[in-house]
Amino acid sequence: MDHGLSVSSWALAVLQALLYAALSPLLVGWIRKVKARLQNRRGAPMLQPYRDLYKLLGKEARVAHTASPLFLAAPYVVFVATWLAAATVPVVLLDQPASSIADIIVLVGLLALARFFLALAGMDVGTAFGGMGSSREMLISALAEPAMLMAVFTLAVSAHTTNVASVIDYQLSVGLALRPSLLFAFGGLALVAIAETGRIPVDNPATHLELTMIHEAMILEYSGRYLALMEWAAQIKLALYGVLIANIFFPWGVAQSFAPPALGLAAVAILLKLALLGAALAVAETVLAKMRLFRAPAFLQLALLLALIGLLSHVILESGT
Amino acid sequence: MSILELPLLQQLVLVLAAVVLFSSFVLLAQSRLVSTIHAFAWQGALVAAVPAVAAAAGDLPHLYFSALVTLLIKALLIPWMLHRLVRHLELERHIESLRLPALVNMVAVVLVIFSYWLVLPMVQQGLTFTRNIVAISLAVVLIGLLMMVSRRQAVAQVLGFMSMENGLFLAAVSATRGMPLVVELGVAFDVLVAMVLFGVFFFQIRESIDSLDVDRLNRLTESDR
Repeated sequence: MDHGLSVSSWALAVLQALLYAALSPLLVGWIRKVKARLQNRRGAPMLQPYRDLYKLLGKEARVAHTASPLFLAAPYVVFVATWLAAATVPVVLLDQPASSIADIIVLVGLLALARFFLALAGMDVGTAFGGMGSSREMLISALAEPAMLMAVFTLAVSAHTTNVASVIDYQLSVGLALRPSLLFAFGGLALVAIAETGRIPVDNPATHLELTMIHEAMILEYSGRYLALMEWAAQIKLALYGVLIANIFFPWGVAQSFAPPALGLAAVAILLKLALLGAALAVAETVLAKMRLFRAPAFLQLALLLALIGLLSHVILESGT
Repeated sequence: MSILELPLLQQLVLVLAAVVLFSSFVLLAQSRLVSTIHAFAWQGALVAAVPAVAAAAGDLPHLYFSALVTLLIKALLIPWMLHRLVRHLELERHIESLRLPALVNMVAVVLVIFSYWLVLPMVQQGLTFTRNIVAISLAVVLIGLLMMVSRRQAVAQVLGFMSMENGLFLAAVSATRGMPLVVELGVAFDVLVAMVLFGVFFFQIRESIDSLDVDRLNRLTESDR
């Protein structure tokens, strides 16, 4: 890659990261809209999450007396770590520098860092709700992380790399093939994504005052711009998982070259894929009920099992001698 | 030979075999009796789909017949009989508390790895494209056995036994391009007879110990101690 191209591809990488921040509220708005239509409501306009963020950014931030400096630093750490993790997943262009310096294990690590600070912030003020939310979040993530890594390893052993861009490149080069390992890895990763982004069978994103909430319980003490950053980070995380699943398992349309028509096609393709995934999530959230918290381990065990069977079926059925 | 060099239909056979393996895990984890029967019916349908697709992929028309027989007996007839039995025994709402579900699952995963290791030298001899399925079918047999060990409820144990038979059928199809028709009909008939006998046994067990919890059989003594 010559120097001129590398500068412009860095520019595109930065643009891609900005795209995450700019479009993730739209994805949330779309999911809420589809869900509202499925429940026979008209629902808020799709741009409502932007208005919420704008309103929160303009409001005065109140902080509890018992809060330590960590409480104020946490939203920034969470936002930056999540955003950085998102920047490593290619949206429209495959061959970009940000994804070549970080592989999928770094991505899991960055998300774990964000989660660690989120849980600390939940416990910092010392309210009962925050502590409960943090302990639940840690319960879920301790079980979700092995499942996610196992699904990632399943992909990695087929593609012989843990780099997201190379995995997508491999998927594109294989073309249409029915592979059992991919099917199971998809199932496992989808379940992990649902658990990690706090969607319905595990956590209810629409609730603010319920004893069973997880994510909302941790950020209950935040207000103003801190709350805006936390909400925004959660939306970016949802978009990250959406793009990850869409581009790894349905990689068609991702631009492999730095040409405007290919990039345009890729942008349309990823928007379409995210719209479909979002609609599927909304349907799933409409037909499913939230599980009891103590059934969440069984849910995540299923995710781990799917990923494990994916890995085993790769070894048994796909490699051959 | 890697999976990517195979035609799409043969890839579909391998995918179906992997889904059969998954259905074994599903069967192992069900706590409601009725949903266990449903899971078994799905496994039967999947096992029947393997020879059907293999017939289409490998141009082996006699496999269509064994697929049809399997579908009729294992996906429809036996689940229907079990359903009727469960209704007669008034166990429709029965929920069995599984013992150590996570541990049982992990043991099942170990069994899959073990059967892969066991079959490895045989696979290296090279048969048809279905040879890799032999390990899967052995794993299905072993998981059925594990289900018989880990469950207390007699009906669930019978389902484990039947799922072992599913694994054996899968092994026969994948290792040998299908059995002769006489053998196949004989096995199918055997399974049916076994099912009828099990039904009689269920009633006998319940009459003598007033429950289908097999653990209670350990506590039978001739006189009160």
